[in-house]
Amino acid sequence: MIDSVLIPLFKIVILLVGVLTAVAYMVLLERKVQAWVQVRLGPMRVGPHGVLQPIADVVKLIIKEDITPARADRWVYTLAPILVLVPALIVFAVIPIGESITMFGREVPLYLTDINVGLLYIVSVSSVGVYGIILGGWASNSKYPLLGALRASAQLVSYEVAVTMTLVSLILMAGTLSMVGIVEAQREAGLWYIFVQPVAFVIFLIGGLAETNRAPFDMPEAESELVAGFHTEYSGIRFALFFLAEYANMIVVSAVATTLFLGGWLRPFPNVAVLAPLGLVPGWAWFLLKTFLFLYFFLQVRATLPRYRYDQLMRLGWKVLIPLAIANLFVTGAARVLL
Amino acid sequence: MPQNPQSLFDTDELVINMGPQHPSTHGVLRVVLRLDGERVVDADVVIGYLHRGVEKLCEHRDWTQIVLITDRMDYVAAATNNLGYCETVEKLMSFEVPRRAVYIRTLLSELQRIASHLVWLGSHAMDIGAVTVFLYCLRERELALDLFEEYSGARLTYNCMRVGGMPFDLPAGFDRKVREFCDIVEEKLLEYETLLTQNRIWLERTRGVGVISAADAVAIGLSGPSLRASGVLRDVRKDEPYAAYADLEFDVPIGGAGDTYDRYLVRLEEFRQSTRIIRQVLDGMPEGPVMGKVPRLIKPPAGETYHAIESPKGELGYFIVSDGKALSPYRFRVRPPSFCNLQALRQLVRGHLVADVVALIGTIDIVLGEVDR
Repeated sequence: MIDSVLIPLFKIVILLVGVLTAVAYMVLLERKVQAWVQVRLGPMRVGPHGVLQPIADVVKLIIKEDITPARADRWVYTLAPILVLVPALIVFAVIPIGESITMFGREVPLYLTDINVGLLYIVSVSSVGVYGIILGGWASNSKYPLLGALRASAQLVSYEVAVTMTLVSLILMAGTLSMVGIVEAQREAGLWYIFVQPVAFVIFLIGGLAETNRAPFDMPEAESELVAGFHTEYSGIRFALFFLAEYANMIVVSAVATTLFLGGWLRPFPNVAVLAPLGLVPGWAWFLLKTFLFLYFFLQVRATLPRYRYDQLMRLGWKVLIPLAIANLFVTGAARVLL
Repeated sequence: MPQNPQSLFDTDELVINMGPQHPSTHGVLRVVLRLDGERVVDADVVIGYLHRGVEKLCEHRDWTQIVLITDRMDYVAAATNNLGYCETVEKLMSFEVPRRAVYIRTLLSELQRIASHLVWLGSHAMDIGAVTVFLYCLRERELALDLFEEYSGARLTYNCMRVGGMPFDLPAGFDRKVREFCDIVEEKLLEYETLLTQNRIWLERTRGVGVISAADAVAIGLSGPSLRASGVLRDVRKDEPYAAYADLEFDVPIGGAGDTYDRYLVRLEEFRQSTRIIRQVLDGMPEGPVMGKVPRLIKPPAGETYHAIESPKGELGYFIVSDGKALSPYRFRVRPPSFCNLQALRQLVRGHLVADVVALIGTIDIVLGEVDR
């Protein structure tokens, strides 16, 4: 009873609260990082250095009027943000934050579940979010959201191909689809996969930026062109759901990248005995640190680069990344067979 | 269901309305786009949302009051507007302005060129997604505005010139501050260039986008940096020198391809030429009065004249008719560079993508206050 219901339930609550808080503070961090790069202060009013800003934002979004445009498709319009957010959240179920820890005399693994098709689950669940975007843009019954939604879906679908290809190379390396298994494989191999698969890493990073609609691939919501893209007509809490999903997706991509390429909860250079003192830091702390590095990278990129144009983005995806990913896959496969 | 099942598969052009309240149309420009997918088939530029009747208004103000109204046309480059008007009236009156006043005017208009180009660079970069450049540019523009504030007391609409000279002499220490400003601008230019000039994304977004040939540019009536980027060597400062430009040495950068990237490079080079001019002006600043002996009541003799200057955006011309009797111009007509350059937009955007439209609105550097007047 305790093992099968209570502990998972407890973990779900912790995970959801943790992710949602992380998302809220990601927004603040983003504004702060952007501000520091741009020689501004960023939010400073709510709490010291604006630390309570996310709370104020959430309260504002909740009590704001929630407008449904006339002639919008009500059902689909309401369904869309949910369809975007839910996949972004349930992906966290298979992401291993750390090894098992002992708590109250019980062995508690720091992940919700370890299914043997973990990676496949992540890929398939996270691609459901695209439906929410298309439906949201379509149901708004307005032109800018429609254009934004079409752009978004085209972009997500094409970059997913490249990203999935790199994942296949990784699966070839690890020989398992389980997220925990992949980390264990890196421990056995004695080094992180970023050193074995640098090409895959770069493709994954670029694809990750594109899949989360982040600069320089933030076309779907390019505000200088399409006002706010697919969520132009959304306001209040429904807008907040889209917003939450975007940042939750960023965390997902960062966490997946950490698990696949940076050895998840493993300390740096797990095979070098000299660095053993690094092992004193708990695994989950390494995991969070690495994930944070990725997130910071996302923010820094946004503050630095201009935006790609839609056709250029497609060209980059189909003509550069996908062939590269396939080539990488072949090389990996050949190496596995021959070596 | 439509009556005819075939019509389900018809493709239609999508008409989309950009502006007048769109985040990147630089004010209240409205562009009605006809799209085929993401590609622009045609564009209609609708202007007039900021029309205040400046020209008519000027025909009902006396000659000194008009300076203040000219501020409100190109409000990111008020000093050059003032200069154009004052010189035109002086030409009408055949009035010789003291040398020191002429030099101060030149100094202010080049400072203004830097400030205006900073706004252009910032907003252009922001349209293409480089938000950071925008804030950097405005940071430097603040310094230019501080200088204007020190001279005239205002930061946007300076009203800083008079028919017959300048209202004030330069404040003490202005010379040193302007030199410092020039150093800062030259240093920060490198910063912008690091972020943009060799940036692959920036190159892809601007190279070959919105190409306009030299012949087309002349036919449309482009002027200023937009014209020079197409390879036409035409700069009022060189061709029909006004203010103190005849005494000064500077180069006029021209482009070759006439695309958005060339227009960017030409304007960046103009920053450098402007600092070069400013340094020469400060070195050669003559002593003497700053205000000529104009009559208390300015009343130019009957006649008409056209006089143009090179404003940051292009050729800013004033055509003024005086009947010699009334206290205000009989006819007051402005040839605004923004308005004429905006003509090019339709031709520029045809065949490009929606994303390019904002880049192209940015590249021709318009200010709606001047387009609509």
